[in-house]
Amino acid sequence: MNLNRSTLDLWVGVFVALGIGAILFLALKVGNLIDFASAPGYRLQARFDNIGGLKSRAPVKAAGVVVGRVESIKLDSATYQAVVTLRIEPGYQFTKDTIASILTSGLLGDVYIGLDPGGDPQMLADGGTVSKTQSGIVLEKLIGQFLFDKAAQGGAPK
Amino acid sequence: MLSAVGNGFVTVLRRMGSRTVTIIGWLGYATRFAVAVVQKSPAAFSRLSLTLREIYFSGVLSLVIILVSGLFVGMVLALQGYDVLQRYGAAESLGVLVALSLVRELGPVVSGLLFASRAGSAITAEIGLMKATEQLSAMEMMAVDPLARVVAPRFWGGIISMPLLAALFSTLGIFGAYLVGVKLIGIDAGAFWSNMQAGVDFRYDIVNGIIKSVVFGIAVSMLAVFEGYDAKPTAEGVSTATTRTVVESSLAILGLDFVLTVFMFRGVG
Repeated sequence: MNLNRSTLDLWVGVFVALGIGAILFLALKVGNLIDFASAPGYRLQARFDNIGGLKSRAPVKAAGVVVGRVESIKLDSATYQAVVTLRIEPGYQFTKDTIASILTSGLLGDVYIGLDPGGDPQMLADGGTVSKTQSGIVLEKLIGQFLFDKAAQGGAPK
Repeated sequence: MLSAVGNGFVTVLRRMGSRTVTIIGWLGYATRFAVAVVQKSPAAFSRLSLTLREIYFSGVLSLVIILVSGLFVGMVLALQGYDVLQRYGAAESLGVLVALSLVRELGPVVSGLLFASRAGSAITAEIGLMKATEQLSAMEMMAVDPLARVVAPRFWGGIISMPLLAALFSTLGIFGAYLVGVKLIGIDAGAFWSNMQAGVDFRYDIVNGIIKSVVFGIAVSMLAVFEGYDAKPTAEGVSTATTRTVVESSLAILGLDFVLTVFMFRGVG
């Protein structure tokens, strides 16, 4: 073996450091023990009656283009509404009468927030609130509603 | 006529009995060897430089094959996973699919198989050749215990290297899936990571994966040093022992993986 001690120690040290780094990466980035965050952009808030399956970091899209991310989701304990904070990338502006709706891409796909701008000349600024929102569709409620309607129809006298 | 059949039957019975006795005797010897190696293990840490050298041989020199395999397994997994997931409009779930398959199963198992064929076979061949050239006997004559001087450092070197290699394999696999899924196919990067982070649990998935790789490390290293120590001291004996190490380690990894998975992930959809 023509490796001298210090070279060998160095390589073993590199190997062990890489391995521990990989375990840390798995724990922090994949297992999400810590939140890596803070990118540029401005924040908007939107209140929803029901967010369905929305998760933090879901995309925010306007006309299908990703313009930002969901930063955090909280429950307002006074109104029992979900308060969703959106971070919009710099350079995108939205009108004050923008409608935010919770949508799903495909039947089983990811839940995201769609922004539909209106015709208001004034734009939303940092910290502004999107006032018009449309809640997510909860499939169980929809089916329940459908069955209820059917039952009401069937039970009605002919 | 009847006595000929009877004789044949007795011969078969005798052979079965002799084989059974041989196998049970071999099992007893292997267990005694395992206990002796564990007893001599403090020697591997009191002379740390020996163990460091073995970590270099079984861990550092296996890095290239582990990293390249991990990268390609992750990239293929992303391509195949995307092909199926996009049929159901769930392409964003690619991240969680790849991460769970790598961290729970493929990382420990595939890196274990690679480790057995790359490092396990080398350990067996080295110890077997030391035995064939009577170096082990020479050590015993000089009152140096070959179990403490030769076997224990290799055993511990393998146990330490294996979990690190498995973690690197999973990491490179996830990176490969990121390259294919996000950079090549164009899945949204945020959805890729957020689905992964929502679906992978630290304690349940990652810690269980690490436990698996430690168990595989123990199994492969023990089989490798045992086969080397047990090899017939001839050229043919060493080659047979090397083959047996790879075959037995691979079977042990797959069998242990099934048992561990039953215990760890039972009843999970």
